[in-house]
Amino acid sequence: MSDEHRRAHIADLVRSRRDTVLDRWVELVAQGVRGRITAGELRTELAELYGLVERALAEPGGTAGGELRAALGEISRSRARQGFSPTETAISVFALKQAVHEQVEASGDTDAYGGFIAFSSFVDDLGLTTFEAYAAAREQVIADQAEQLMELSTPVVKLWEGILAVPLVGTLDSARTQVVMETLLQTLVETGSQFAVIDITGVPAVDTEVAQHLLKTVMAARLMGTDCVISGIRPQIAQTIVTLGIEFGDIATKATLADALTYALERSGVRIVGGAEG
Amino acid sequence: MTTPPGDEMAIASNDDVVRVRQVVRAAAAAAGLSLVDQTKIVTAASELARNTFIYGGGGSVRVERAVSERGRAGVRIVFTDEGPGIPDVDQALTEGWTSGSGLGLGLSGARRLSDEFTLETQVGKGTTVTVTKWTR
Repeated sequence: MSDEHRRAHIADLVRSRRDTVLDRWVELVAQGVRGRITAGELRTELAELYGLVERALAEPGGTAGGELRAALGEISRSRARQGFSPTETAISVFALKQAVHEQVEASGDTDAYGGFIAFSSFVDDLGLTTFEAYAAAREQVIADQAEQLMELSTPVVKLWEGILAVPLVGTLDSARTQVVMETLLQTLVETGSQFAVIDITGVPAVDTEVAQHLLKTVMAARLMGTDCVISGIRPQIAQTIVTLGIEFGDIATKATLADALTYALERSGVRIVGGAEG
Repeated sequence: MTTPPGDEMAIASNDDVVRVRQVVRAAAAAAGLSLVDQTKIVTAASELARNTFIYGGGGSVRVERAVSERGRAGVRIVFTDEGPGIPDVDQALTEGWTSGSGLGLGLSGARRLSDEFTLETQVGKGTTVTVTKWTR
């Protein structure tokens, strides 16, 4: 029996037992996605795919193959965006194999087994398409998030009259530094502040690049007549900076934001007096 | 004596440098390094990953758990690139010297931040830097 014949055999089986196979397929997929898609939606989605699978099997090399891939890609992308796991997404395709296999077994037709192997690799191909689309969509999601993180405003807050604070959180790369520097310098112009406290409590690692960026920001602020204090230097960061050999020169550094504020207040001539009454 | 090698990660962008830091931090914490030592090895890895990316034209990194001859646990990181290599290693390790626009402290700093540091380089072939940090 030729391959062509076997293929036709499976195509017949898929067509003639449409309802049984489709029901089983929906049932298997529903188990996999655990009620996050309603059975009705799932059925509509899979029925459409099933129609395309039928056509793709009936006329190999026809347009149905392309349509099927496009439809699968669309489903995978929406699954990826809804936060389904790769398994939950792939099961939508691979469950078809099981559903058809059960029918092949039930038919007891040995010819059908030969065809099933070809059908199996056909489904595997579809599975790969699903994966590609899923991975691409997830990467898109990640890229979007990275962009959003980048746009997270780096606020410059006023601590006191003439004292600004820039709480830095996360990784300080060139692009981020540029944003921080621009925001800081702009706010300095607007407020005419004498002091700026750059707090790096939220910066996980201070390496030479981060240090260089900090130094540049401080230098730029200095050129505008503002004194900068770097605060939030934790013990492990301090030891690392020393070992690295980075010199902060005459830039004031403090362990905590509170220390930096006290320092800036003293320098600007504000006296903090304990015991308000009297 | 070394535990089975960890996965190789590519270093092809600045984002990868961030990822290397995270992987190294997790590995260092898992190996039981103190917070100070974790920070040191993470910073060393950050410097070397950036060197691999900027000067080596990209490459790969392998982060693995290691056990010293005396049975101490640690973390070993191997950076490999197929870039231009370093013509003068002594000069590259000189503080304040840079062929780019950095502070010139990265390579020498990374050496001081780690317990073991080996640098193999061939001009035109590439560079491999291995750093190890042991628990105390």
